[in-house]
Amino acid sequence: MKTKELKITGSEAVIQCLKAEDVKTIFGYPGGAIMPIYDALFDHLEEVNHILTRHEQGAIHAAQGYARTSGKTGVVFATSGPGATNLITGLADALIDSTPLVCITGQVASHLLGTDAFQETDVMGISMPVTKWNCQVTNAEDIAPTLAKAFYIASSGRPGPVLVDITKDAQFQAVDFSYKKCSSIRSYQPQPKLNVEQVQAAANLLNEAKKPLMIVGQGIMLSNAEEELLTFAEKSGIPVASTLLGLGVFPAKHPLFVGMVGMHGNYAPNVKTNECDVLLAVGMRFDDRVTGDVSRYAKQAKVVHIDIDAAEINKIIKADAPVLADAKEALAVLTDLVEKQNHQDWLDEFHQAKQNELQVLSKNRNKNFSDELRMDLVIDLLSQKTNGNAVVVTDVGQHQMMAAQFYQYNQTKSNVTSGGLGTMGFALPAAIGAKLANPEKQVVAIIGDGGFQMTLQELGTMMQNNIGVKIIILNNGYLGMVRQWQQMFFEKRYSFTNIQSPDFVALAASYNIKGQKVEKQEDLSNALDQLLNTENAFLLEVKVAKEDNVFPMVPTGASVAEIRLQ
Amino acid sequence: MERLNQTFTVSIFTENTIGMLNRITIIFTRRHLNIDSITASETEMKNVHRYTIVLKTTREQIDKVVGQIDKLIDVLKAFVHQDDEVVHQEIALYKIKTTELKTNNVEQVVRENFAKILTVDPEFIIIEKTGHKAETQVLFEKLKPFGILEFARSGRVAVTKPMKELSTYLKELENN
Repeated sequence: MKTKELKITGSEAVIQCLKAEDVKTIFGYPGGAIMPIYDALFDHLEEVNHILTRHEQGAIHAAQGYARTSGKTGVVFATSGPGATNLITGLADALIDSTPLVCITGQVASHLLGTDAFQETDVMGISMPVTKWNCQVTNAEDIAPTLAKAFYIASSGRPGPVLVDITKDAQFQAVDFSYKKCSSIRSYQPQPKLNVEQVQAAANLLNEAKKPLMIVGQGIMLSNAEEELLTFAEKSGIPVASTLLGLGVFPAKHPLFVGMVGMHGNYAPNVKTNECDVLLAVGMRFDDRVTGDVSRYAKQAKVVHIDIDAAEINKIIKADAPVLADAKEALAVLTDLVEKQNHQDWLDEFHQAKQNELQVLSKNRNKNFSDELRMDLVIDLLSQKTNGNAVVVTDVGQHQMMAAQFYQYNQTKSNVTSGGLGTMGFALPAAIGAKLANPEKQVVAIIGDGGFQMTLQELGTMMQNNIGVKIIILNNGYLGMVRQWQQMFFEKRYSFTNIQSPDFVALAASYNIKGQKVEKQEDLSNALDQLLNTENAFLLEVKVAKEDNVFPMVPTGASVAEIRLQ
Repeated sequence: MERLNQTFTVSIFTENTIGMLNRITIIFTRRHLNIDSITASETEMKNVHRYTIVLKTTREQIDKVVGQIDKLIDVLKAFVHQDDEVVHQEIALYKIKTTELKTNNVEQVVRENFAKILTVDPEFIIIEKTGHKAETQVLFEKLKPFGILEFARSGRVAVTKPMKELSTYLKELENN
């Protein structure tokens, strides 16, 4: 697609590029060095929506939430200096969680580069380790080709964040504009050619397997392979476990779904990782939170690893049958090559273990916190009331793991959480982005009292743009996950994990957002109904048991087989 | 697990873009790896640059590093080789007082080590020696008694023994 040439400013070119890439929503915050671009944007507000957040970190997390629930590339504007440095956490988060973003930062005029000018910082240098690619533009004529490349790189292969830094003089310059989408770069091979022999080797292992186990990750979602996964799983009969970010790519209610792996995953998929004869990993990267002690991880199993990123194959776990490919393509071919099988006895072991796990957890919690509200109860009830169909955005900590365990994610692109980086403060802005991408869906942000206070200023963004995010604060008065570790591994020395909070309901009211606080079990159901039935935003604060712990747990350094239920 | 450090030569072919050196070195920095030497220059192909990095680490570690370097957008191809798989050379320059030339010993040292005298100034002479690091080090030790005013040694440049040409790789990339 090539648009006709006409002389415009560099900043107008930026907006035209975004329109050519079908960008509908931008998240950002203006400032000196990006003012020409904001000025150009002002003439296009009917075609391109811009959401003013309250902090650049809010803008980038919102763009992440938007991207992860829509499959589109999130777009962010920020100014030079502090505006750009405030993006760094979000860039790192998006890189490790493979989220496609194009961030456009303003930069001081090119003759001031390197001179310590006002709001000048080495954005290229700072963002290099946390972007898939970055580029500085000092001439208006480079804007269109650079942004075309940026969108291509961000969204292709294993997606990731890209930053384009544009000097102010380039924004003012006049340029003959034409836009040509980028579709190849010679030094970049995002879509590896499927090697059928590799898939055949994988199929051979799976066809011989008596106790196969599959672990699926976010890669399924990123390659839109949900249907292929379903077809493959039903034909092969292999139990499907998920990583944290993989939740939702396979319906939780499906009989083949056996839960989550990892430090706070379910009992059976962890223990059986060390019992299975073939471990099939698709679109996941064996994070240390998944593997526990690597030297005692799945040693008995033949490992099949399907991933689009060559650098992930053999990075942590040596694959006996590596398949370097897009998950969608690989699963389709693999489905043809595997025999139809049923592993019912093996599968039953997972489901029996799950029942036992739930009984033990619930018995312990009922004993320790008989009358109190608890995180698991809130999330379980929320899951029932929404039939596992809501978009659930979580922050980082105990509530995040509880949500992963107790919310029955039945929809793909419905689970948004900061997985790899573990960024507290992620949920509220990410939920804003998710709601804007899915105005018709119920978007629920579940956040702890600690994480909420990291980015609560984004309530202002919700107010100004009337964004109907439903917020549930699970308030235990502690930085709960750290407190749990202090209890278990640091002799209950609760060093700086006790945290005070403002009156959250009153705070919400000051932003014109309705709210309610519940402290008793019997009030929970009605409160959740009100949260879900309110058309606009709503904040529900739930006072939960202060010293509840997340189990199951694979302690640091332990093997997945040493998972503890209490 | 293999823990023994050995010397590796990493050859990286890249597009000619600003910041490329930084993109490459931060991958070593992240893993707390120290680079022994680094050289960079244009290759026989216009706009294709070659970085030669020498470091000591384990095979396991270097394979992962090279995988991550290969993943960089502007990297065309990255290779890792052991010393016996490359022909490599370094250049060293030694500055010595001209008065030292009057002794026969300097001439003998230069001859014996196949070094050459690049320039003779009334005050100093510059001796050049190319070779492996060990060889330039031998000359350094031998010249030391005469008083070395200044010494500089380049990083390693290396070409690989396997015959596949860079242009073949580029064609493969472009045809993909």
